[in-house]
Amino acid sequence: MPDFVPIITATIVVTAIGLLCSVMLVIASKVFAVKVDEKCEKIRECLPGANCGACGYAGCDSYAKALSLAEETNTGLCTPGAAKVAADISDVLGVAPAEITRKVARVHCNGNCDNTSKKAVFMGSQSCASAKLLYGGDGKCVYGCLGFGDCVTVCEYDAIHINNGVAQVDIDSCTACSRCVRACPNGLIEIVPVDKHTVVKCSNEEKGAVARKNCNVACIGCMKCERNCPTNAIVVKDNLARINYIRCIACGECAAACPTGAIEYNK
Amino acid sequence: MKEFILILVSSVLVNNYVLSQTLGICPFLGVSKKLNQAVGMGMAVTFVMVIATAVTWPIQNFILSSFDLGYLQTIVFILVIAALVQLVELFLKKAVPALHKALGVYLPLITTNCAVLAVCINALKDNNVPDMGSATFLYALLYAFGSGIGFLLAMVMFAGVRERIAASKPPKAFEGTPITLISAAIVSFAFLGFEGLFSKL
Repeated sequence: MPDFVPIITATIVVTAIGLLCSVMLVIASKVFAVKVDEKCEKIRECLPGANCGACGYAGCDSYAKALSLAEETNTGLCTPGAAKVAADISDVLGVAPAEITRKVARVHCNGNCDNTSKKAVFMGSQSCASAKLLYGGDGKCVYGCLGFGDCVTVCEYDAIHINNGVAQVDIDSCTACSRCVRACPNGLIEIVPVDKHTVVKCSNEEKGAVARKNCNVACIGCMKCERNCPTNAIVVKDNLARINYIRCIACGECAAACPTGAIEYNK
Repeated sequence: MKEFILILVSSVLVNNYVLSQTLGICPFLGVSKKLNQAVGMGMAVTFVMVIATAVTWPIQNFILSSFDLGYLQTIVFILVIAALVQLVELFLKKAVPALHKALGVYLPLITTNCAVLAVCINALKDNNVPDMGSATFLYALLYAFGSGIGFLLAMVMFAGVRERIAASKPPKAFEGTPITLISAAIVSFAFLGFEGLFSKL
């Protein structure tokens, strides 16, 4: 008859220690429970989870947190999610859905291969950011689209492409996530309400004659658009026309008046 | 007082857990890419080593020894350390959220770190330092603390070495892991220099 006592003692001792640990953990998880806001989690589920930062927060989690703590009241800040997400969030919070106008990215440059030309051949790393480092880029206009497609690389929706040397946005697939806005070293891209069809397709702040010499479709700062605008929405500052989209009614008067065709109006 | 210093010197330098005893190599190679992460990991390990020893020492001396179950040390210690780390994590999440966020993923990572288990087992032995007599509770804690600091020292040193490696250009065949392992070996060699320290004291 072998001696079973040591085996039994060992089993009992280890079981007891294990049980003690588990009881301690169960109690601890109750005592130290951190309240996770249910609202916050529900809102987080509504959001697309792309963490693009278009809402102005660090990511979807922080936007959801701000909404649940009522630090943020606008439920319509998620541009990629658009109306559906805004409605879902408003449902969770029990508020009236914020009015959403769909926004898209617009490129403020029309310097394609026909309108402007290169001043040099850039042989370095094929990206806008590195081309920009060398005398502001290889194009004659240092304000314009560099054409290496940094915006194309960051776009997750395949909505922006380099077409004939200049970036063009595919309005239908653009979600206005702002990734391209941050990627463009010349700051050419702006997020604009989709129903505002008037866009200044130039970013050159040089004097009219210089700008025109470098590009056929440059804004020369003649202020014709400013005089023709019925709502005072367009203002020339630093030799460049700029549209205030809060005032703009997208009537197209400025585009019709522009002598160089720097303002685009396509309804 | 002399014992205190001897224990610290022994555990931090002479018997450095990473560089002399080659334990806890996984976090040593895994989390030493950036200095701030290395410091975070080192602090977390030190913290866990001390509290783990504070719990396992009485378990060994009052429970396992009295039932003559010393051979169950390993399994019981793993169980206790894992539960303990969980408990600490829960507590920190509630009480010090900032610290919990800073330690981040490192706490659960440490749960199964062999260096922690080794410290708990070695802290029970009475020969950590020559001519020191039996390991009392206080000495065991000090030993665990010193070992943790030794780990932190190794992490910080190696993070510095790795930052230099990242900036240099080793031969193609040595790029990446090979050069990291070779540098780890050289740093370990350097710690061999502390080996003769006690014969001089």
